Amino acid sequence: MAEVKFINVTKSYGENVILKNINLEIKDGEFAVIVGPSGCGKTTLLRMLAGLEEITGGEIYINSTKVNDLPPSKREIAMVFQDYALYPHMTVKENMSFALKLKKLDKNEIEKRVTEAANILQLNHLLNRMPKQLSGGQRQRVAIGRAIVRHPKVFLFDEPLSNLDAKLREEMRIELLKLYQKLSTTMIYVTHDQIEAMTLASKIIIMNKGVIQQIGTPIEVYSKPQNIFVASFIGTPTMNFIRGKIVSEGEKIYLEFEKNKFFIPAFSFTDYQKYIDKEVIIGIRPDDIILDESKMDKENANKAKVDVVELLGARENIYLKISETKNICATTNSLKIPPQTEIKFSFNYLNLHIFDPETEKRIN
Amino acid sequence: MKTKLKYFFIHLFIIMAVIITTYPLLRIFSVSIRPGDRIISTDLALIPAGATFISYIKLFKETFFIKWIFNSLLITFATSFIGVTLASTAAYAFSRYNFTGKKWGLSALLLTQMIPAGMLILPLYLMIMKLNLINTYLGMVIAYSVSSLPFSIWILKGYYDTIPKSLEEAAMVDGANEITAFYKVILPLSTPALSIAFLFNFTMAWNEYLVARVVLYHPQNYTWTLGLFELQGQFITQWGMFAAGSILITIPVLLIFLYSSKWLISGLTLGSVKG
Repeated sequence: MAEVKFINVTKSYGENVILKNINLEIKDGEFAVIVGPSGCGKTTLLRMLAGLEEITGGEIYINSTKVNDLPPSKREIAMVFQDYALYPHMTVKENMSFALKLKKLDKNEIEKRVTEAANILQLNHLLNRMPKQLSGGQRQRVAIGRAIVRHPKVFLFDEPLSNLDAKLREEMRIELLKLYQKLSTTMIYVTHDQIEAMTLASKIIIMNKGVIQQIGTPIEVYSKPQNIFVASFIGTPTMNFIRGKIVSEGEKIYLEFEKNKFFIPAFSFTDYQKYIDKEVIIGIRPDDIILDESKMDKENANKAKVDVVELLGARENIYLKISETKNICATTNSLKIPPQTEIKFSFNYLNLHIFDPETEKRIN
Repeated sequence: MKTKLKYFFIHLFIIMAVIITTYPLLRIFSVSIRPGDRIISTDLALIPAGATFISYIKLFKETFFIKWIFNSLLITFATSFIGVTLASTAAYAFSRYNFTGKKWGLSALLLTQMIPAGMLILPLYLMIMKLNLINTYLGMVIAYSVSSLPFSIWILKGYYDTIPKSLEEAAMVDGANEITAFYKVILPLSTPALSIAFLFNFTMAWNEYLVARVVLYHPQNYTWTLGLFELQGQFITQWGMFAAGSILITIPVLLIFLYSSKWLISGLTLGSVKG
């Protein structure tokens, strides 16, 4: 049970700044997922919390203890590594009891904790095997078991599922959620996979280039991305962006884009007057493009040509050519529209995301 | 048919190789059991007529052979243990830490391997003399350990480099300090490389002659290499005893190799961290 706080944490190697002024608070019992593209500094942040990487500036607290100079062994954390890092010369049981033996716990207590963890993770029949005799998923479970037996204050996961195949990854994700519900300990999880982030997190921290871009619940970052990076990083297929000028014609306002005009309702802006004749970037998720004419705002519908259709089973991704140079993606239930067909589309105006092209920040 | 032919040639090659390597050994064995009057004979029989172990008995009775073997074993084991112990920690530092002079240090170690042993005899002798260790086991052990250290460090460093750092990190998160992580995780994983370094040290020290020649002068303190040479007189060489000695001194090395082969093989099958 613990709270974790990063206060103005900075990390640099010489002149190369990896993390800039990270301020982050993770509450007791939260499942925080740090997500971002590779090289964004997310793993470094986790390793700094674990004590495996020195901190250049700022402070890290676990509960009220400042841990900046504490060795990893004194931080009462447990970490699951990307490559599992099981000790190859020890059996599963020895791997799991290694930390407890170092702590000089009573033999019966060690036995009790290992059995308990093995029960949770269904490892009982594997306790006497060597790591090399296990499959990827089993190794992953042992690595988690090694963390559980210690009853740590905080669990750290460093891309634990990235070495597993897609199916196993899905299974392990559910296992992890179950585990979290059972243990309700603070968990900090690093991944570059936004689906993992969305499904696991109670709090998502999105990072890019060493800076936190947004912190929020999965639904917050999905529905109200604070900048273009977050908007494009979260959600598959990626959000469509259309850059154009806001113009007004009579009562209505439009986004003017390469000879095309898309109707934008005034309520999409907090103060639309400010943006008349100015450039903005409109973001619209593929799910928010309406192709069904019965549900469409017919008066303001636009025309497009179907370029490519990707069938995904029940759903399909339709790439629409909306101008000479611009394609946007829409997801629908399988409509079986052949390519090159002219169709009509409109936007779900409630879910328009409008960004300032210079600052790339959200303005609505 | 094609595979049969292939296996035939493979077997033929292996049989030839075995003959080439074992023939000289068998000849020495044959010389060692010849009776004294037939030492110099052109007979090719492996077990000569009138075979006898008299040379072996004479070797034990008339020379310090047991003492020589004891000296050799003592010096060799001490050298190997000290060499491997020092190399294991030095190599770890070279593999895991960044410090000023790391690159230079590694190159310097490599450089020492390029100097022929003969060139080092004089400086080694002078140093051991200054330390007052001439004609002592300690002097020999120091001379041997330092000369094999660079090679052992390189071997072990190369091996440590292949062990993922996350294993030590996992150990440290599990509550170990750096030293415990080294002893409990890295060292046990390095047995194959440690065995190779040990074997190298062992064979080097066991067979060494030049340094022993200048450091040791009392026949009681000789290693077997000097001892066997003692049997070669100005006018007469006792070939029977020489051959018997040669056969006997292969036994310890053979046993060490047989024993350590299991470590060498287990090392080859050691899996990496991820699947």
